[in-house]
Amino acid sequence: MIWSLQSSRHLWLVGKRDSDVTVMVLSAEDVEVGSELTPQTFTVKRLDLVKYAGASGDFNVIHWNERAATEVGLPDVIAHGMFTMAEAARVVTDWCGDPGAIVEYSTRFTKPVPVPNDDAGATLEVSGSVIEVLDDKRVKVELIATCDGNKVLGMARAVVQLG
Amino acid sequence: MAFDADLVGRKYAPQTYEVGREKVREFADAIGDPNPAYRDVFAAQALGHRDLVAPPTFAVVVTRGPQIAVISDPELGLDFSRVVHGDQKFVFVRPIVAGDILNTTASISTARSMAGNDILTIRSDIEDSSGDLVASVFATLVARGEA
Repeated sequence: MIWSLQSSRHLWLVGKRDSDVTVMVLSAEDVEVGSELTPQTFTVKRLDLVKYAGASGDFNVIHWNERAATEVGLPDVIAHGMFTMAEAARVVTDWCGDPGAIVEYSTRFTKPVPVPNDDAGATLEVSGSVIEVLDDKRVKVELIATCDGNKVLGMARAVVQLG
Repeated sequence: MAFDADLVGRKYAPQTYEVGREKVREFADAIGDPNPAYRDVFAAQALGHRDLVAPPTFAVVVTRGPQIAVISDPELGLDFSRVVHGDQKFVFVRPIVAGDILNTTASISTARSMAGNDILTIRSDIEDSSGDLVASVFATLVARGEA
């Protein structure tokens, strides 16, 4: 298995029984204000919400039961805010190479992500850019997450420790 | 209903959570993230971590129990059917890794009423078995006013 990331300078190779794992971590020297993170598109289906409910322990009915969701005025079953936040984080962790490099991560949940009961599901688009270079090789990143053109996360920011 | 001002600062009993490798893998599967640092101990160690790294938002699994203790506090009188998640913040001293035995103490950070809504921020401080702070997690819940 090869795991590699673009625009990275640091590289470790670790022998594994049946393959090699390549891990690359982004260096602060490669980053400036305005640097863009590779955007990603995530498909969110009902099954994803069921899996997330199980793994997170959040079984709130509005995330899997259409009747319960519409009864409280929602358009449909909606994704867990924390699921959306987890997907958005992937844009940062795939970019910097080390999921342990996230020092701070915060967001507001501004709009729900309705997940229809069909094969297409919802489409979540996430982009990001560096908005500030901090001390000690840390940078602040802003994320933009949209679903059907609606911004679903507000003030989504992460502070990342680069190498 | 409006919150009592003296709720701010109230602390709840710490709860222990032991981070298992399979739970980290299950959570990574659930968010659909193939990152090997969540699955492969060698990959995690190549990045300098002691064991599998938990995805950043895995901290919600750790803080879930302590948060439930807060929102179930009868003195808050929170109507959970009207509660939505307003915002979320994680501040990490270090990442959570498999094998960690974590003690989490939740407290009420803010409790206020605004425009008919009750807004509650729960702070959860996660410490490792040595008593060192691992992360502080802030979750803001909004109980919508009955229109």
